[in-house]
Amino acid sequence: MIESAAVTDLAQRITDLRVDEFRGDVRVVLPSTELFAALEVLKQQHGFDLLVDMTCVDYALYRDATDRFGLVYLLANTQTNERLTVRTFLNEPQLVVRSVVALWPGANWLEREIWDMFGITFDGHPDHRRILLPQEFSAHPLRKDYPLQGRGERHHFPVITRGTPT
Amino acid sequence: MSEYLPENVAIGQLDALANWCRKNSLWPMPFATACCGIELMATGASRHDIARFGAEVFRFSPRQCDLMIVAGRVVMKMLPVLQRIWQQMHEPKWCISMGACASTGGVFDTYSVVQGIDRFLPVDMYVPGCPPRPEQLIQSVIDLQDQIQRGGTVDGKEFQLDSRQLPKRALVDLPIIGAPPASAISPAGRHA
Repeated sequence: MIESAAVTDLAQRITDLRVDEFRGDVRVVLPSTELFAALEVLKQQHGFDLLVDMTCVDYALYRDATDRFGLVYLLANTQTNERLTVRTFLNEPQLVVRSVVALWPGANWLEREIWDMFGITFDGHPDHRRILLPQEFSAHPLRKDYPLQGRGERHHFPVITRGTPT
Repeated sequence: MSEYLPENVAIGQLDALANWCRKNSLWPMPFATACCGIELMATGASRHDIARFGAEVFRFSPRQCDLMIVAGRVVMKMLPVLQRIWQQMHEPKWCISMGACASTGGVFDTYSVVQGIDRFLPVDMYVPGCPPRPEQLIQSVIDLQDQIQRGGTVDGKEFQLDSRQLPKRALVDLPIIGAPPASAISPAGRHA
């Protein structure tokens, strides 16, 4: 059985919380409407002061998947070395969650990367721009329905020849 | 001819003199974005020593260079930077596309990687390899020197000719076995 005060507390607050464990790594899955409140409780009351990583998975082509996107938060408590994985699922057209930059400032660039690559909006983000791709890029290329070779973005440049006045 | 000339006077073409000066003092602009850049550094270092061919002065300002060596893959966010640097270099200037990625995109056939810088920039010399050995880069510098010696003019006419703007030779008029002769297909001559 999972011996974590944080998970026990979450289970009391959130009715449909799914908890499982794999080789000592505890993972909770919760609805996206409860996400920010749960993360706030974990940060403020259970000492998860480090957001190790935050990423997204597109399950569009995944076997037996029922949801499109999975958001993953990897948390750590630097006092007790406890680690916790928090996941939530999102579906179109509701691809928006509340930003956690207020809890962990390190989420700033991570959320920008997820917006850049998957097109998930983070409500309340202080600097909601693309981080890797050019600002004028129009797609979110890590989505599984985006073709690997793009839609011609890599060919849209002026051609410079020898005769061009410089 | 010699009986009309005084002693110690030689006759030559001014073009050839200019080309001789240019080819033996190439100033490379290292545009190194990937592992080819490591080989480029090795080429510039003492063991392989590109200084033996007069091209050792790497400058990191395009305004002081006349040979751009693009070493590594160029992504679509970097290409406008590359084009700007190329335009900031003064004529006469040349470009070496070093390695598979700069020449064709290499194995990176993805949405963000430009599939060969020669789609958007004039390239004089291609170096195959992944990455090329320093010997290959040195050979390309030697070949470029030969090309400069053959094709250059003192007032840089070769950079204004329409023939320099023809499509790449390898893409247009490579002889195809079983095809009609090249003269029947394309009236345009090969450029130097």
